[in-house]
Amino acid sequence: MLTAKGYPNRLGVWGWLGGGRWGMERYLYTLHRLTGLGLIFYFLLHILVTSARAFGEAAWVASMGRVTGPLFTVGEYLVFLAFAFHAANGLRLAFIELGWGVGKPFEPVYPYKTSVDFQRPLAIVALLLAALLAAAGTLDFFVLHKGVTP
Amino acid sequence: MIRDAKLWTWHVLAGLVIFVFLGLHMLIMHLDDVVRIASLNPAGGHPIDWANVVARGKMIFFPITYTVLLGAALFHGLYGLKNILFELNLGDGVKRATAVVLALLGLGLFVYGTWAAFASLALARSL
Repeated sequence: MLTAKGYPNRLGVWGWLGGGRWGMERYLYTLHRLTGLGLIFYFLLHILVTSARAFGEAAWVASMGRVTGPLFTVGEYLVFLAFAFHAANGLRLAFIELGWGVGKPFEPVYPYKTSVDFQRPLAIVALLLAALLAAAGTLDFFVLHKGVTP
Repeated sequence: MIRDAKLWTWHVLAGLVIFVFLGLHMLIMHLDDVVRIASLNPAGGHPIDWANVVARGKMIFFPITYTVLLGAALFHGLYGLKNILFELNLGDGVKRATAVVLALLGLGLFVYGTWAAFASLALARSL
């Protein structure tokens, strides 16, 4: 049976945290991972907290009471920002995975062109979408809204 | 390798499912003052007020979409976490144990979350 040995990750965590002189997409990759880690840890707790609604009003109110306050509002806002970035950048990654919006393959003839040039507009659109979502969320959290959600 | 390629495809597809249903969830819970959808928060006030939770809880749409979102998000998140952990040069035994723990965690939370979604439907309809 064929098995993939892969390459050892000699740099460990720093291997994916530090992007060096690589392009913007390399840093989007790092941010995608960081926001993804934040979102999954939040989500696991979110399941437990919001399941209280199955036990009736008293349990729900008590559960929500435990996640109320300025600290939780800021935490919730950070989760929203992580969602905005991870969703928009994730859509970009799905597009690239499917070969959409990155141009057609071409023969590599000197002077070589990098595929990143063709992917860059997609990255900019993803960042604009994330910024739009973040702006809407900021408006809702701090200007129009009344506080905390679980 | 083939199994990994299939799991990666499911990871991408789950991401697209999450984009749709988590987008809707965020619209209802966190963008309710920017995009007002009165029928989803009929009692007015905050989306987490018990009256709104009960009103949404009576609609079959929510437990079904919550369950789809729950499954997609658990798979997407825990598979992503597993891939990140596996890059840290873990030994084979630790890798196997990590995969089993994450799979059991995902299954357990999926069962519990699904039960909560449908128990909430029954409770809301009984009120």
